[in-house]
Amino acid sequence: MGNPFVLAAGEVGGDFFKERDVGDLCQAQTQHVFCFDWARENIDRFEAPTVQHLEIVIPALVIGFVVAFALALLAHRTRWLQPPLLAATGILYTIPSIAFFFLLLPLTGLGRDTAIIVLSAYTLQIIYRNTILGLNNVPAAVKDAARGMGLTPRQILWKVELPLAIPEIIAGLRVAVVSTIAIATLAVLISAGGLGTEMYGSNLTFPTSIIIAGAIVMLMALAFDAILLLVQRLTTPWRRAARA
Amino acid sequence: MIGHLPLASFTGAIEFIFSPQESNVTGGKKVGGFDKSMELLIKHLEVTVLALAIALVIALPLGLYLGHRGKGEQLAVGLGNAGRAIPELAVIALVAVLIGVGLPNVAPVLAILGIPPILNNAYVGVSQVDRAAVDAARGIGMSETAIIRKVELPIAIPTVMGGIRSAAIAILATATIAPLAGVESLGDFILNRNVYGENGLLAGAILVALLALAIEGSLALLQRRLTSDGLKVKTA
Amino acid sequence: MSEQTASSVRYEEATKRYPGASSPAVDELTLEVPAGEICVLVGPSGCGKTTAMRMVNRTVEISAGDVLVGDRSVRDREPAQLRREIGYVIQQIGLFPHRTISENIGAVPQLLGWKKERIRRRSGELLELIGLDPELGDRYPSQLSGGQQQRVGVARALAADPLVMLMDEPFGAIDPINRERLQNEFLRLQAEIRKTVLFVTHDIDEAIKMGDRIAVMREGGRVEQYATPAELLMAPANEFVEDFVGADRALKRLALMRVADIDLWEAPLAFVGQATGEVRAKLDSPAVEVPFPLLVDGERRPLGWLSERDLAADVVPGRPDSPLGPVLELDDVMRDALADLLQHETQYAPVIDRGGRIAGVLSVEIISEFLGSPEAKSDEHPAVERPHG
Ligand SMILES: Nc1ncnc2c1ncn2[C@@H]1O[C@H](COP(=O)(O)OP(=O)(O)OP(=O)(O)O)[C@@H](O)[C@H]1O
Ligand SMILES: [Mg+2]
Repeated sequence: MGNPFVLAAGEVGGDFFKERDVGDLCQAQTQHVFCFDWARENIDRFEAPTVQHLEIVIPALVIGFVVAFALALLAHRTRWLQPPLLAATGILYTIPSIAFFFLLLPLTGLGRDTAIIVLSAYTLQIIYRNTILGLNNVPAAVKDAARGMGLTPRQILWKVELPLAIPEIIAGLRVAVVSTIAIATLAVLISAGGLGTEMYGSNLTFPTSIIIAGAIVMLMALAFDAILLLVQRLTTPWRRAARA
Repeated sequence: MIGHLPLASFTGAIEFIFSPQESNVTGGKKVGGFDKSMELLIKHLEVTVLALAIALVIALPLGLYLGHRGKGEQLAVGLGNAGRAIPELAVIALVAVLIGVGLPNVAPVLAILGIPPILNNAYVGVSQVDRAAVDAARGIGMSETAIIRKVELPIAIPTVMGGIRSAAIAILATATIAPLAGVESLGDFILNRNVYGENGLLAGAILVALLALAIEGSLALLQRRLTSDGLKVKTA
Repeated sequence: MSEQTASSVRYEEATKRYPGASSPAVDELTLEVPAGEICVLVGPSGCGKTTAMRMVNRTVEISAGDVLVGDRSVRDREPAQLRREIGYVIQQIGLFPHRTISENIGAVPQLLGWKKERIRRRSGELLELIGLDPELGDRYPSQLSGGQQQRVGVARALAADPLVMLMDEPFGAIDPINRERLQNEFLRLQAEIRKTVLFVTHDIDEAIKMGDRIAVMREGGRVEQYATPAELLMAPANEFVEDFVGADRALKRLALMRVADIDLWEAPLAFVGQATGEVRAKLDSPAVEVPFPLLVDGERRPLGWLSERDLAADVVPGRPDSPLGPVLELDDVMRDALADLLQHETQYAPVIDRGGRIAGVLSVEIISEFLGSPEAKSDEHPAVERPHG
C-alpha cells in the first residue's frame, strides 16, 4: 500500500510528511524490514536525539518525584488531603500526554519545557499514589511500638515509615520512569526533540530508523528500570532476608 | 510553524468545536464544527472500543487463568513491565509502513498496548485472593471455572478493573496518533494542521482530554458498581 | 546502671473520654501498683484495659485525673522522654522489620544517645537474658519464629532498663505451649530484674499465674476487685468477679494448693518378709481407705503395690507384682499432682515427704470430693474432710 518510505502521506497530509529518499543503500527496502547497511552507516545520527531524550526525561522525573514526594508527605500528615490530591493527580495522569502537550501551547509554547512539564505532571500520580500506599501499609503495630518507645513523629516518619515504604515508592518510580521514557517520544510533536524525531517527521524516517530509535527507547527504559531495582535491593536488605 | 499561541486561542478552539470556523490556513474555507467534532469523537471511540475489546478477549481470560493457577508470573508481570516501555509512536509508525494503514491493521496493534496492563492486573488481582477463600470454594464443590468466576474475579475486581482502565486510557491516547496510520480519530484535528489550523489543534486536544476523563470516570463508576459492598468497607 | 530500677505507678481518678464516645472508656480509675510488682489488668473485651495501660506512657492522653510514675505526674513529662523510660510490649510485637534483631533491641538506647559499643554489649546481654542465640542478633525479624520475636519484643522493652514495663496481651498471639514457656521465662526474668509491670490480659488463668496482684475490671475501667490471686479465688468480692473467675474456680484453686494442704488417705503398709496374714487383716478392717497394700522398706520408703497374687504367698515378697506408678511429693502443686494421676490413669499415688518416706496416699477421689465440696468455693482453709470408707 503506497511507498513504504512514506508515512501514510496523503491520507493525513500536513507538513509533517515528506517523501523521503533513503539513498542507494537499501534499494530493496520495500522487501526489507531492517536495512543493516543503512544502520551501520548512520548509527551516529541517533546520538543527539538520545541525549535530547534524556534531557527531557531526567528533569521531568526529578521534578515529578520531588513534587509527588512532597505532596505525599503533606497528605500523610494532613489525612483529609489524600482524596483530593489523589483525584487531582489522577486527572493529570488521565489526560493523554499528546493532548496535554497541545493544551499547554498557549501557556508555555513549543519546546522542551512544555514536554518536561507534561511528563512530570504525568508521573505525579504514579509516584504520589505509591508513596502514600507505602506509608499507609506500614503495620499499625510497628508505628505503635515506635511511639511507645519514645520516637518522635518525625523520627517515626524518617526512621520507620519511609524505609518501610521504599519498595512501594520504588515500584512507583519504576512505572513512572519506564512510561515516561516511552511517552517522551511524542515530544517530537511539539518540536522538543528526542528519539521521536527518528521515528517520525524527520527527513529520514523509515522502518530501520523507527526500529533503531524504538530499540534505544526500550533499552533506555530497561537500563533505568534495572538501576532502580538495584537501588531497591541495596536499600531494603531485610526483604531479601525474608525470602531467603 | 506555530510558535506561542495566544491564550485567546482557547476561545477560538471552543468555538471551533461547536460551529465551523474559518481556518487561518485554508484561506476562508470553513472547517470543524459540532457535526465534524462528533463524527471524529465517535470514530475515536470506535477505534478505542474495538482495540480494547480485542485486548480484553485475549488478556483477561489468560490473566485470570494464570492467576488462578499461580503460574506464569514472569509472563504476566514481565509483559506488563515491558509493555510500558513500548513507544506508541514507533508502533503506529511501523504499522503504517510495514503492515498497512486502516482500521483492520491499526486496531489489533493498538490492542497490543492494552494487553500488558490487563494481563498483569488480572494475574496479580487473582493471585492475591486469599487462598483460604479459594480452598473453601473448592471444599464446597465448586468447579475451577466457577471458582474463577464466582470467587476470584469478584474479589479481584478492583485490581482487574484498574488494569482495564489503564488499558483503555493507553489505547485512547494512542488512538490520537492513529491518523498517522490512516485511521480517523480526534487526532485529525491535531495532526492535520494544514486543514484545521490552530483552532483545530487546540480543539482536538481539548476533546481528547475530555474524552479520556469521561471514559476514566465511567469506568471508575462501573468499577464501583461491580465491586461487592463487602470489599468496599476496607477502603472507605 | 541507675540505682533505681523500678517505680510505682499510681492512678488517681484517671479518666479517658474518647472523642464522640457517650461514656468514658476509663472512668476515674484509682489504683496503686507498688514498685517491683506485676499488676495484671484483667477483664472482658472492651472494658478499658488497654486504654488504662496506655495512659501511663501517654500513648493515650489522659482526659481528667492523673497518673503518677514514681512520684511524678506523667502529664508534666515530655511524652517521648517519658516513653523512653517505660518498656512497651504489645501483642502484635511491632518489631521493626527493616532492622536486625540487635538493632531492634538497641532502638531505645540509640534514642538515648548511648555509645555504639555500649549498645552492642547491651543487645548481646539481653539476647542471652531472654535465652536467644547471640547469632540471631544479625537476623531480621521475619527470620524468627513468633515466640522468638516476642522474646525480642520483651528484650527491646528492657533494653534501656526501664522503671516500668507495660505489656498488653504480650503472649496473646502465641500458641499455648510456647505461651506457657514464655510466661515461665518472664517470671524467672522478673524474679531477677524486679520491674514494675502492668500486664494486660483477658485470660484469667494467665492473670492468676503472672500477677502479684490482679485488678479485675469491667466496662469503663471500673475495678471490681484488686487483690492477690489467692484472695481473688477464695473470696471474690462480688458476682461479677465470681463469674469472671469462672465456674472452674475451684479447679484453678488447685494451682494455688500443695499436696500437703489436703488430708491424705492412709494406705495399709506391708513390709518385706511380713506374714501376709497380718496384711490381709489390715485390708479387711472396715476403716481401710485404700484397698491395696503398699510395700515399703525398712525406712518406710514405698517400693510398690501388692497384688492378690503377692498375698497368696506366706510372706510378703521383696519384689511386688505391680509397679509403683507416680510418686508425689508433699510440695507438689495440687494441679500438677492431679495431672499426674490422670496421665498415668491410676487411682492412687503414694505421697512422700522430703526424706522419701511415705506420708499418705492421694487419690482422684480426694480431689473430686474437694472440688465438689462447698469449702472449695468459699472456705478460707484449703482442706477437706476425710471421706468415710
Ligand atoms: N482510639 C479510640 N477511639 C475511640 N474509642 C476507643 C479507642 N480505643 C478504644 N476505644 C473504646 O474504648 C473502650 C475500651 O477500649 P480498650 O481498647 O481499652 O479495651 P480493652 O479492655 O483493651 O479490650 P480488649 O480486651 O478487646 O483489648 C472500648 O469501648 C473501645 O471501643
Ligand atoms: Mg486491649
